[in-house]
Amino acid sequence: MTMSLDAPDETMLQQHFDSTIAHEHRVEPRDWMPDGYRKTMIRQIAQHAHSEIIGMQPEGNWITRAPSLRRKAVLLAKVQDEAGHGMYLYSAAETLGADRADLTDKLVHGQQKYSSIFNYPTLSYADVGVIGWLVDGAAICNQVPLCRSSYGPYGRAMIRICKEESFHQRQGYELLMTMMAGTDAQRAMVQGAVDRFWWPSLMMFGPPDDASVNTEQSMAWGIKRHTNDELRQRFVDMSVPQAEKLGVRLPDPELAWNDARQHYDFGSVDWDELSAVIKGNGPCNAQRVAHRKAAHDEGAWVRDAATAYAAKTSRRLEAKT
Amino acid sequence: MTEWPLYEVFLRGKRGLNHVHVGSLHAADPEMALHHARDLYTRRNEGVSIWVVPAAMITASSPDEKDPFFAPAGDKVYRHPTFYEIPDDVPHM
Repeated sequence: MTMSLDAPDETMLQQHFDSTIAHEHRVEPRDWMPDGYRKTMIRQIAQHAHSEIIGMQPEGNWITRAPSLRRKAVLLAKVQDEAGHGMYLYSAAETLGADRADLTDKLVHGQQKYSSIFNYPTLSYADVGVIGWLVDGAAICNQVPLCRSSYGPYGRAMIRICKEESFHQRQGYELLMTMMAGTDAQRAMVQGAVDRFWWPSLMMFGPPDDASVNTEQSMAWGIKRHTNDELRQRFVDMSVPQAEKLGVRLPDPELAWNDARQHYDFGSVDWDELSAVIKGNGPCNAQRVAHRKAAHDEGAWVRDAATAYAAKTSRRLEAKT
Repeated sequence: MTEWPLYEVFLRGKRGLNHVHVGSLHAADPEMALHHARDLYTRRNEGVSIWVVPAAMITASSPDEKDPFFAPAGDKVYRHPTFYEIPDDVPHM
């Protein structure tokens, strides 16, 4: 079939794109899209993919020291899921013309970011439970609306991811319930982990709305559905009754139910800390990136061997035919 | 190192259904692509059969050409059952 149509001009393409967004239709890989949309999408998806991959490390730290075979199997499955989530997302980024090897390169050279939460250390096994409950809980709050992202492949990846995250959160909460039913030392471990992870979990939603530079454009493009502060509030409202049921104290003296707002009031987040961690000065930034780089470098011979084997097999096949 | 080629992955969720596109991955050869697809896309029994296809082998229509490309079907409403008016009292239609 031949197409003798003139290339449509930019204004028409832009109008077509705008109407797709306005009608809540999905943008798909081969569609025309504004450069800014493509760049923002690649940045958002890559950052999310990197978070999943780096996110394997804090919990992976405890696989060899899991307290039972059951906990070990669960933790292995969870960390394997994080790897899978990273792969779904790199796959979505590639539909926008990004190159996967290039994204890994940018991550290990500090040119692209990942979620600040993974720059905190995991000091006890209770951290595994608290990460499942609070960190994955916050991730779910962030990610459920992203299932309706205007970019089709990202939305579809998010649907798969959200289904799997539910297991992550539940295994964490169950682990904590088990520890809370244990000894005083175990309960103290859980409280310690909650004290360390509560505020960093609230930071996962990003800077407050009046300081969030990308929110307005991202909402207009349908790649962000709620503001950072809305999602943070939703997370606090969900977590308070869960903490009560668990019997732990959330480390915020200002936390109180506000009957007029029908929401919990909470104290102010230390934005200087978030900004320091984002800039690379969190407790584990250097370690996380160095570990990722080492894993990539040490796997080079495996990739080379597989490439050589594939080339040899394909030569043999050609010789036969 | 040359980068491993991209494969598109299709899954048959259960017997009786079509294969559906689920995503993509990189692999050195088709066999490795199948193994990776199993690990990546069927960790919870999501599929009973997997296809992997080198992405470079797929020929696709482009959504921006949508109107002219799909036009041949657009004016053939007589291909749909609702085009034909049948009295309500004809049974089993």
